[in-house]
Amino acid sequence: MSPSYQDLLATAREVIPEVEPSEVAPRVEAGDGPLIIDVRETAEWDQGHLPGAVHIPRGFLESRVAGATSGTDQELLISCASGQRSLLAAKTLADMGYTNVTNLAGGFARWKQNNYPVEVPRILSPAQRSRYSRHVLIPEVGEEGQLKLLDSKALLIGAGGLGSPAAYYLAAAGVGTIGLVDDDEVDESNLQRQIIHTTERVGMNKGESAKEAIRALNPEVQVNVHPFRVNRDNVLDLLEQYDVVVDGADNFPTRYLLADASLMTRTPLVHASILRFEGHASVFNPYDGPCYRCLFPEPPPPDLAPSCGEAGVLGVLCGVMGNIQATEAIKVLLGIGDTLSGRLLIYDALGMTFTELKVRRDPDCPSCGPNADLQLRDYEAWCAGVGSHDHVGATA
Amino acid sequence: MSTVKIPPVLRQAVGGERTVDVSGETVGEVLTNLCDQHPAVGAQILTPDGELHKYVNVYVNDEDARLLQWTDTPVGDGDTLMILPAMAGGAR
Repeated sequence: MSPSYQDLLATAREVIPEVEPSEVAPRVEAGDGPLIIDVRETAEWDQGHLPGAVHIPRGFLESRVAGATSGTDQELLISCASGQRSLLAAKTLADMGYTNVTNLAGGFARWKQNNYPVEVPRILSPAQRSRYSRHVLIPEVGEEGQLKLLDSKALLIGAGGLGSPAAYYLAAAGVGTIGLVDDDEVDESNLQRQIIHTTERVGMNKGESAKEAIRALNPEVQVNVHPFRVNRDNVLDLLEQYDVVVDGADNFPTRYLLADASLMTRTPLVHASILRFEGHASVFNPYDGPCYRCLFPEPPPPDLAPSCGEAGVLGVLCGVMGNIQATEAIKVLLGIGDTLSGRLLIYDALGMTFTELKVRRDPDCPSCGPNADLQLRDYEAWCAGVGSHDHVGATA
Repeated sequence: MSTVKIPPVLRQAVGGERTVDVSGETVGEVLTNLCDQHPAVGAQILTPDGELHKYVNVYVNDEDARLLQWTDTPVGDGDTLMILPAMAGGAR
């Protein structure tokens, strides 16, 4: 005869120890409890759960448990509403080779009756769940990651070639606050690549123009327009308001200023630069990997570093590089994947090649080295002065 | 023979080529030969004393030559040298 539901529970009880809330609550409070896996449905989980619990609905248990645990010998406590679904789930885990699995007796209901602490998760609204559904489906993002993005603040230096696609995609991704620093106005010659602006908005401040585009795309994003140039006096205040800074500047003084300010405020810096058919991208995590000056100790003189206005740039290149920046910014904000920290990515659109160079922390770096005397300087004067006399002692 | 990748700002100095094959046993020899073949490159990356400007990065394959043996770094057939000055363009 096939086993009944009661038979299944009885069989499971023979192999799965049950733990009373009173036994485990002190450990949970002290932060040294087992990994708690809550197998209820999403609507139940949203009403509240044990602190620190991981949510894997019963139907996904077998497929997702490996991603949530560190190994089959990890101590697991399975919970549901009353302790029955979790008992069968625990038995399944035991059958899968998990050797240290217990079941929460009486489930979440008994836990709550005993007035032990409960976490009520912040959840996406139905509209947000729909808008960001493709993110929520990705295990590395999920609802938790999307909520993190909604709480995040990204500062973009420049709403031009790189800032246009970066701002657009960060807004679409639901990065909750986007700051746009640009004192420039939209010009007809920008529209070949600066896709966040429109012909209609020629003459408008670029930050204001981008804000209109973002509002139309995703009205829940807060856009802060900073219609000025970033400088020594405002850079620290600006960066301190944000979680990540995306550098799409058009000149070396601003890039070195941002590099130093990102170290001083410990704000991760997502770098890209472009010229003609070529783009560079990297990520500089303050004091955790190289900084911009480890890579480029000094700027080249103007004739070796023309601007896109002087030397030209393929419009589409801005889209590729700006979106690499948006990708890296999202990874930095979510703390997922391997960023370009310690690597310089070089994209050659003409040859359609991606090349990676290793970037290491310079122990003598004047910005992030142990003996650095880091302070904001007159970067215009410094950039104009270096390059003409400094050299390394080597003949070529 | 090594392949030297030429950055966009120096391509005019080598007749528009994106890569140039140059002989030499070390990074220093390759760069010297490159500058001999294309003096306009030398004018951009070398000081009047014939030394490499600090703003010029040179990579051997994917490693910074400064962290290897700099201009004494040996190079052989199939190695790629990249001359890499910083680029500033982004917004305009």
